[in-house]
Amino acid sequence: MTRTSGDPDRLDRAFAALADPVRRAIIARLSTGPATVNELAEPFPITVQAVSQHVGVLEQAGLVTRTRQAQRRPVHLDPAALESVTAWIDTYRLQAERSHRRLDAVLESLKEES
Amino acid sequence: MTPNPTHITAPAGTPFIEVVREFDAPRDLVFRASTDPDLVARWLGPRRLSMRIIEFDARTGGSYRYVHTDTDGEEYPFRGVFHTVSEALIIQTFEFEDIPGVVSLETRTLDDLGDRTRLHQNAVFPSVAARDQALESGMRHGITESMDRLGELLGARSGRR
Repeated sequence: MTRTSGDPDRLDRAFAALADPVRRAIIARLSTGPATVNELAEPFPITVQAVSQHVGVLEQAGLVTRTRQAQRRPVHLDPAALESVTAWIDTYRLQAERSHRRLDAVLESLKEES
Repeated sequence: MTPNPTHITAPAGTPFIEVVREFDAPRDLVFRASTDPDLVARWLGPRRLSMRIIEFDARTGGSYRYVHTDTDGEEYPFRGVFHTVSEALIIQTFEFEDIPGVVSLETRTLDDLGDRTRLHQNAVFPSVAARDQALESGMRHGITESMDRLGELLGARSGRR
């Protein structure tokens, strides 16, 4: 796994990029495969230009990449970058899990007492 | 014995953190372990930090304050008030005193499943940014140093089994 999670600036950009519902919908769409900006714009009641700007924000955040393929420029999701965002939540989860295991131990000792 | 899984949901772009976890103990014991300060000190918070409870009055209208201290002597003080305390429902505020004014609201329900108990906790932060910062601090103040403490605790328990 890439350890991009250690780069706070990058994480800031990623979280800021994901704070927008249209951009989250774009990420969800791209999780099923690459798509052009025109294809991405279809489900939204906003202009292709606006969707292109959203893709630009996701690109800046390192979450997606655009390749040049003749006139088509498909947008690809970068799974490693997205993983660095979720790794954050995983770390939080690990911490909660450890607290809860200690609580398990406390509960066991209470059961033994009673 | 495999510990029960902790399920955490923190959708991007929302101010929420939800935690669901089951415990193999009846609800009155989980409630006691969550409200008796001597018991709380044995499990709450990151492991590498020692926990000093200054006040922990887990009754409706009561308040709490505790300080985590890391191995370098750095202190992390937290405080809040208990809005509602009953065996099935605890509602309390939570504030890291180094970031004053950013107060989250925690609603915790304990479902009685007989000899098991399901904890459901929903924390609402004042903003998405504050929520993200809380997630981040989970990482920063986290994890690695206190693996040992956990290992010791689990080892001690399984040894007694």
